[in-house]
Formats: sequence, structure tokens, C-alpha cells
Amino acid sequence: MMLFQSFKMALKAIAGNKMRSFLTMLGVIIGVMAVVVLVAIGQGANASVVESIEGMGTNLITANITARRMNPVNMDGLNELAQNPFIEYTAPTANVSGTVKAGNAAYEDGQVMGTTPGYEHIRGWEVAEGRFLTQPDIDNRSFVAVIGAEAATEMYGTTHAVGETFSLSGYTLTVVGVLESNGENASGSNDNQVLIPFSLAQRLAQSTSISSFYVSAVSSEMVEMAQLAVEMFLAEAFEGYTANSWGTQYRVYNQSEMLDTLSETTETLTLMLGGIAAISLLVGGIGIMNIMLVSVSERTREIGIRKAIGASRGNILMQFLIESLVVSMMGGVLGLLISQGAVDFLAPILEMKLEIPVNVAWLAIGFSVFIGVVFGMYPANKASKLKPIDALHYEG
Amino acid sequence: MIEMKDVVKRYTLGGETIYALDHVSLRVRPGEYVAVIGPSGSGKSTLMNIIGCLDQADSGTYILNGKPIKKYRERQLARIRNRQIGFIFQGFNLLPKLSAFENVELPMIYQGIGARKRKKMAKEALERVGLGERMKHRPNQLSGGQQQRCAIARALAVKPSLILADEPTGNLDTRTGREIMQMFKELHEAGNTIVLITHDNKVAQCAERIIRIEDGKLYENQEVPDDDAVPVV
Repeated sequence: MMLFQSFKMALKAIAGNKMRSFLTMLGVIIGVMAVVVLVAIGQGANASVVESIEGMGTNLITANITARRMNPVNMDGLNELAQNPFIEYTAPTANVSGTVKAGNAAYEDGQVMGTTPGYEHIRGWEVAEGRFLTQPDIDNRSFVAVIGAEAATEMYGTTHAVGETFSLSGYTLTVVGVLESNGENASGSNDNQVLIPFSLAQRLAQSTSISSFYVSAVSSEMVEMAQLAVEMFLAEAFEGYTANSWGTQYRVYNQSEMLDTLSETTETLTLMLGGIAAISLLVGGIGIMNIMLVSVSERTREIGIRKAIGASRGNILMQFLIESLVVSMMGGVLGLLISQGAVDFLAPILEMKLEIPVNVAWLAIGFSVFIGVVFGMYPANKASKLKPIDALHYEG
Repeated sequence: MIEMKDVVKRYTLGGETIYALDHVSLRVRPGEYVAVIGPSGSGKSTLMNIIGCLDQADSGTYILNGKPIKKYRERQLARIRNRQIGFIFQGFNLLPKLSAFENVELPMIYQGIGARKRKKMAKEALERVGLGERMKHRPNQLSGGQQQRCAIARALAVKPSLILADEPTGNLDTRTGREIMQMFKELHEAGNTIVLITHDNKVAQCAERIIRIEDGKLYENQEVPDDDAVPVV
């Protein structure tokens, strides 16, 4: 009953001084907006990272050999590893430096990589035209290549590029297949890939060892087992080798680990952004306190009158506390509404799926209520403690 | 009704102790119309503050409606002010942002009276002081006399046992002042207990009993040692 009346009084006081109330609210509005929008963007970024990693396949395991001097991993070893029951495919990869030239035009963006047929399955890539690399290509060290869609159009002006030729480090290679475009993802596009037989890449690099390879587990449930198999294989291969200066000779990680690491990073970032934004909410709270203090001294006489006609300390305390609460709560709700608008506006610009997380929305509202109470407490208490006679005789 | 015994109120001003009320004893019976008259600085405002439970005495006893005030806490004093005392001030002391009706309603809100009953009582009180037509007006849209009548309505609405008026005509012209005094007379005839505080002899003459206050001491009737000390305005 009394509470309802206090709300009515608070609304009246706020409506009676619209400009000031709005400016006071602005602090909270901006604070809530900063928190909500930044957290939404942070989570949107996280979601898009997760999505693109998941697009790479969840049963993927990557191994990088970091040992510099001696590398015992070779094709025979890898073929042996492929026999493991938890492992479906293995594919070594080797980046090849050198510029691809179709005719006289160099394709600078082309990324030349040597690999084996298993790579197609591991990455889940599709061949749009022609065929992927085959085992005979590897065995015969054939001068063939499978290229990405963008590579095809850049080099030949068409994706129907099977049978075309290009030169690489003085060798002439024939295009035997064009990949289906898969767009952008976290591992990069396949569109600018130029895939050649791994044996050919080794020849070009004059090396017989394998410095990185991909493995796919038979299913996503078996990823851990497959990873263990890869680690055991590498541990065995490196037995007796001295570690290099930073102690590790190889690194094995699976997609979910990568996902965790990346999510953790973006989540930390989100938290940091939210934290910084929360400071502005705090500043908004101080603004409320400031205005409420001004309001208390402006309304000293009103407080005196109210006390003379029977308002108790509690009544006055409640009145001012509810007033600051209503200001901050309205600021919070308005901030949330504007945030929704801002998020809708920003989503297409940032090319992200943005949405305000429900828990963050509640948190922002809760926090603004908290701020209203905390920063309203001091002025309200000050008002309630005024002695009725002093307040009545106050000339302000 | 009001029983004061040896009430003392001191102030310290510049290291000097001033007795605003110097062992004051006063008795007001229900239904009485008492005027307290004295020059400014005589302690009459202090007396009113203590009678009105806005302030408490340093020593002595004050019994209002049979209950000693000394023992009360802030909250209970607020309750007494709310239910038993109707204040009427020189400066009207209406809340400027509220309408006449809302001003009258306010003490009843603090009493926790339900909306319907409250509206009825506020309307009655305003009609009684002749402001039935101006309930929606704000204080600044009312004349001084109307504002004071509104304040009277606010004091009356809760049916207090004591009406306490501090210079009710101080801010009004003579004619309006006379109207307000007429209203007090009617309230008295209706059985209300009224304590009127003023420095104006003519205003005081309207009451049935006149008490003079000077330098914190009360004198009744011819007891005043030096009649010339009372300024005649």
C-alpha cells in the first residue's frame, strides 16, 4: 500500500523534472548499452569462430613436428599409423614455396601444398570437376594438381579448368581437378589452394620427412582415442631423440581442444569488454547519487512539510530510495531496448549473428537496480535524517 | 489535552546559553481556543515546535492526550504528528507540485488510509473550506487565502485532536486574514481544540484565552509584569 504510493510519488517527482531525470538516466542507459552490446558482439564473435571451426570437422586431429634437426616421421610411418583402428585417414601436408604461373601471369595468392588422397576425406572437401589426387599420382610423383575454384578463375578465367597447365618452379603441371568452393572458415578458404602430390612436394623441397600431418578419427567419439594413438606413434618415433631448446618435439591437438582454446580467448575478451563497460555503469550510478543529493537539498522544505504532516523517517527514506531505483531501472530498461536496436543495426554491418544473451540482459537490469539502491541509499538516508523543524525553516 | 510542566529548551549561541523556554508550564483543555502571543524571539516558535512534536524538550514533561511525549521515538512522533496534530503554517507549506486535492490527501496517505476513503475525506475537507471547485489547482494557481484554506483543509482532513496554527494570517492581507480567523472561530465552535501562535494582538483577541510569552516565560491574563513590553502591532 505504502510502497505503491511511494512509487507513485517517485514517478511524479521524475515526471516533474523530465530533462534532469532523462540526463540522470542517460548515465545508466549508456552503461547498460555498453555492457549489453559489447558482450553481444563478443559472444557473436565467439559463435562465429566456433561455427567455422566446427565446419572443419570435429574428428580432425592435427600434428605438427617442431623438432628442427632430425625428423623421424616419414610416409612409411604414417601409413603404419593409418592401420590403427581408431584412425580413418592420414594425410601429410607440406607447404611449397614457389609461384604458380599460368602462361605468363603469376597467381600470387595461390597456396601450393603437397598432400595425399586422404586429405580430401579428412577436410571433407568436394571435387567439382575432374578428380582428386590419387595414390598412383603419389607413387609416380605425377605432375598433376587439384586447384581451388578461385585459383581456377584467377588463372584460367573459368572453373572448368581440367586439362589446363601451369608452371611451378620450372615444372609444368596439369590440372586434373577443381575443388568445390567452400567459402571462408577458420582454417582459411580452400579456394586458393593448389594441391599437388605429396611426393612431388617433397622432391621440390628436397626433403623426405613430414613436418605436419592430419588425421581423422573414425568418429567424433573416437577423437580422444585416435589422438592417443597419434601421440603414442610420435612418442615411439621420437624415442631416443633429444628435445630441442623449447622441450617439445611435436604437438598434437584435436579440433575440440582448438575450439576450447579459442572460445576461452574470446570469452576472456568478452568478459574484459563487459568489465570495462561496467565501469561506465558505475559512473552512471554516481551520476544518480549526485543528482539525488542535489534533489535532497532542493527539496529540504518539502521533506520538512512531509515530516510535519506525519511522514516518518522510513517514509522519506523509501520515497527517495524508490525514486533513485525507478530512475536507474528505467535507465536499465531503456538501455536494453536501445541495445536491441543497436544490435539489430550492427549485425549486418559486422556480418555476425548478434543477439542479446538473456542472462546478460537480466544482469544489466539487476545491476542497474543494484546501482539505484546503493547510490540512492546515501541521499535517501540523508533526506530521512533531516529534522522536521530544520527542514521547515530551510530557506532554499 | 496538553499538559506541560517545567519544560525547558536551551540553545547555545556563541558560547552563550539562551533559554528559549524557561521552565514553562501550560495546560490546555479539550475544546479550548488558546492564543499564544509574543514578539519574535520570545520562544513562541519553540513552544509550537514542542507542542507539535516537531522538537523535544531538554527537560520537563509534556503530556499530550494523556501520554508523555518524552518516551517516544522518531517513528512514533511522526505518527502523533500525523494523527493527532493538524499544522497550519504562516507560509502555508503546501507542496508546490501537488494539486490542492493531493496536498490534502497526503497526510492520509501516510496514515495508510485506503484510496476510496481518502478521496472522500479529502473532498469533504476541501468543500468545508470552500475549495470544492478548485481541487485540481496547484498552490501557485490559488490566492494566498485559498492556499491557507487548503492548508486548513489538509490539517482538518485527518480529524486531529489539536489544531496548531503558527501565524496563520501572517502572509495574508487584512481582509483575507479576517476570513481565516472567522474560519478558526467556526472550527472552535465545532469543538476543535486550537492553539494559535501569533505576534498580532488583534489576531490573539479572537481566541477565548490569551497566553503571553516573553523571554521563554509564559504569562496569563494580567500576570504580565510590564504590559508595555508587549508590542501592539
